[in-house]
Amino acid sequence: MEPSRSLIDDLPADQAPPRANGEMVFAEPWEARAFGIALALSADGHYEWESFRQSLIRSIGRWESAHAVEDAGWSYYERWLEALENMLAECELVVPGELDQRTEEFTRRARDEAF
Amino acid sequence: MTANHEHYHHPETERHSAARTKAIESLLLEKGIIGSDTVDKVITFFETDMGPLNGAKVVARAWTEPQFREWLLRDSTAAVASMGFFGAEGEHIRVVANEPGVHHLIVCTLCSCYPWPLLGLPPYWFKDPVYRARAAIEPRAVLREFGLDIPAGTEIRVWDSSAQIRYMVLPERPAGTAGMSMAELVPLVTPGSMQGIELARPVAST
Repeated sequence: MEPSRSLIDDLPADQAPPRANGEMVFAEPWEARAFGIALALSADGHYEWESFRQSLIRSIGRWESAHAVEDAGWSYYERWLEALENMLAECELVVPGELDQRTEEFTRRARDEAF
Repeated sequence: MTANHEHYHHPETERHSAARTKAIESLLLEKGIIGSDTVDKVITFFETDMGPLNGAKVVARAWTEPQFREWLLRDSTAAVASMGFFGAEGEHIRVVANEPGVHHLIVCTLCSCYPWPLLGLPPYWFKDPVYRARAAIEPRAVLREFGLDIPAGTEIRVWDSSAQIRYMVLPERPAGTAGMSMAELVPLVTPGSMQGIELARPVAST
């Protein structure tokens, strides 16, 4: 993906609405947000999509080397979120500590922005 | 293994992931790194405009136009781009054709690479460690669990998308469809038939 072009511009927009295999693509709203954030950052040129993909492969690989293949704790989007966090740190889009702090603010409802 | 394979997610973990994702979006918005509607646009696009209907149109056209089929198998990326299907994860597409004696199956052993412009986002099972681990090793058994019995004499070729290439299967045209139009053929092309876990839908016998 070329960073100079918007992702949306690159994609066809004249198709009728399908569902992916008739099943929900995202099980929880946060999964859709994490997905969208990762793509948006790539489309805006903060990293190459391939860099994200490599980060995702590493994240999945770490989990799989630490768990049995049938481990029920598997969550694709948790691995996706970890890959995203690693990209944010690598590209210095967030500074160490601020993500933990803001997460804590959301957890104890000191913040309640809705996205 | 199949689409019914369920995982239990601890509510605490889910809550933490949700809060962490909110924190990320909140920080990126505050810093002006992403615009207020960028993420919404991406999600809406993927939920509404991208999906297996695109791939089905490509397949139906290949079934009805021999010249297009030849182009599709020789230079898939260019052929599908000519129909307006390109963009993220569609940069290098290769379509592989089922034929008598050969059945194809797609997998991404390392992560979840998938031809988004043609098939949308991958279904749950495609991303599952069990499918990713087993598809390449024992495809015949995996396909049987999906309900597809491949005859012993038919070779199964498994395509691992972990390189830069995203694969899609061109299923065989079902019998009894001679003379059918593109519009009639498209509904026969199920997502599973383009992943290789099933065959194109047979025509309902009357």
